[in-house]
Amino acid sequence: MGGEDPDREHPQAGKADQRQGHYKIFLGMAAGVGKTYRMLQEGKAEAEAGRDVVIGYLEPHKREETSAQARGLEALPRRPVQVRDVAVEEMDLPALLARAPELALIDELAHTNAAGLEHEKRYEDIAEVLEAGIDVFSTVNVQHLESLNDQVAELTGVRVRETVPDSALGSADEVVLIDLTPETLIARLQAGKIYPGENIDAALNNFFKIENLAALREVSLRQVAEDVESKRLVFSQGEPLGTRAEEGVSADAPKAVGERLLALIRPQPNSQRLVRRAWRSAQRLGTDLDLLWVKAPGKPIEGEEERQVTALRQLASVLGAHLLIEEHDDLVAAVARVVRERCSTYIMVGESEPPRGLARLREPLPQRLMRATPPGVDVRIVAHRGLKDGEQ
Amino acid sequence: MIEHVLVGVALVAGLAGGYLIARSRLRGRRSEQPDAVHRILLPFTGTEISRRAVDAALRLARAEDATLMPAYLALVPKSLPLECAIPNEATKAMPMLEAIEQRATAQGVPVDARIERGRSYRHALARLLESETFDRVVVSASATGTAGLSGDDLVWLLEKAPAEVLILRPGPEDRRVVSALPANGDGETSYRSR
Repeated sequence: MGGEDPDREHPQAGKADQRQGHYKIFLGMAAGVGKTYRMLQEGKAEAEAGRDVVIGYLEPHKREETSAQARGLEALPRRPVQVRDVAVEEMDLPALLARAPELALIDELAHTNAAGLEHEKRYEDIAEVLEAGIDVFSTVNVQHLESLNDQVAELTGVRVRETVPDSALGSADEVVLIDLTPETLIARLQAGKIYPGENIDAALNNFFKIENLAALREVSLRQVAEDVESKRLVFSQGEPLGTRAEEGVSADAPKAVGERLLALIRPQPNSQRLVRRAWRSAQRLGTDLDLLWVKAPGKPIEGEEERQVTALRQLASVLGAHLLIEEHDDLVAAVARVVRERCSTYIMVGESEPPRGLARLREPLPQRLMRATPPGVDVRIVAHRGLKDGEQ
Repeated sequence: MIEHVLVGVALVAGLAGGYLIARSRLRGRRSEQPDAVHRILLPFTGTEISRRAVDAALRLARAEDATLMPAYLALVPKSLPLECAIPNEATKAMPMLEAIEQRATAQGVPVDARIERGRSYRHALARLLESETFDRVVVSASATGTAGLSGDDLVWLLEKAPAEVLILRPGPEDRRVVSALPANGDGETSYRSR
């Protein structure tokens, strides 16, 4: 298992020439779904295929199946660290870098290291290992992701303290979702495969409820779907999705598999009905909602308009929707660009007031949107209540 | 002579046309931007609100050519950041706001709804008072005394609100509410009696 390579003795030497390691994360909805088990299984397969595999850090949680899976793989000794009067064990990063295997298995990337080590969080250790050209397999539960932490806490009533930025997941080359039905996970818990007997009842009464696990499962599935979607879209400059650069997304990007709603709004009170409709549709589809206002370039937002923008921003924040304000003098072109960028599959527009004068000769907005956006994007018109049944 | 008649007709037609265009523009502008000053705040909590309070607020709004501002007060647990998304609370608020808006639109009253977050109902109300301007507050005192704004909250509101406060106490026989219970499968309006 290689130790001949000169770089092994001086892992930092020739760093500039080194390739970045390949990063694979096993994502789960909760403890006990089998992330670590699967990571070890794949690590073992790699070792059997002739690669140099080392366990950098393993947290078997006294699970017999997990420990059994680790047998036969080389494991680096843990580093003892003294925190006040307590002795803890952490991953030995310098030893791992010095050992420089081809693939390192590092459990629980959201872990917070004891004070005084190289990095505060384990995902930062992993970044250094990757930089050294070592491939890494790691594990994390979905509730540790910063952007989902609040959502998960609201869904389950349990707040997880150790969080990692979403970029820790976004930087992975591969994300593998370890999926299990809530019923199966609870059965595993009841069979004592996750926690020791004395902790089972407490777990069942708190976190491990069917409704909690179902919600977490949905969040995990969506997270991975979004990850797939963001990796599918490649910016022409090689930038990650989300920079919203002009003409950033390649126009020939293949069509999204999931749904995504885009509601066209204006800073007016009657836009709120459209937002409510769009949000309900997004809830039914289990998808994200973007709210887009295309404002005239250079025109300052002030007075009543400013108040309404603030109100819309508040509403979007309450709903977990994204409010986008684009300056453009061509509404249709701006919408088409955002649709491509955000991979929207539905556009919802409010009913326009009947056109007057020369505007009657103009093609209606929904038709113009249909022509300008990629094929398959639906346009839905939400009736303005005042126009239909405003009378007594 | 005919020329004078034609000129006269053209002048009248021009004036009439100008008047119609000006009127339609003014109407359009009004429908786009409700009066920035006259607002009647209707704060509420939970999944139903006294129909008497809604009707009173609507009557006032109509009489004063004001905009009704129904505001759902949402509780955010201390374990969550105050500004976080609260889809569960929003699910309760949406049909209520929809129901109130339906009723208001039927009476020709413009609506500008809000959902305000707070650690308590009073906190949400305080945030609302801080960020919005209005001329009146119409609030329903809880008939049961177990839900919504407490007596202390109402006293606090009377002291703090920079507007006229109208507190409605539902009579024992008045049990009609505007409720968030789905009535037509789409989570829309539901008026019912308890």
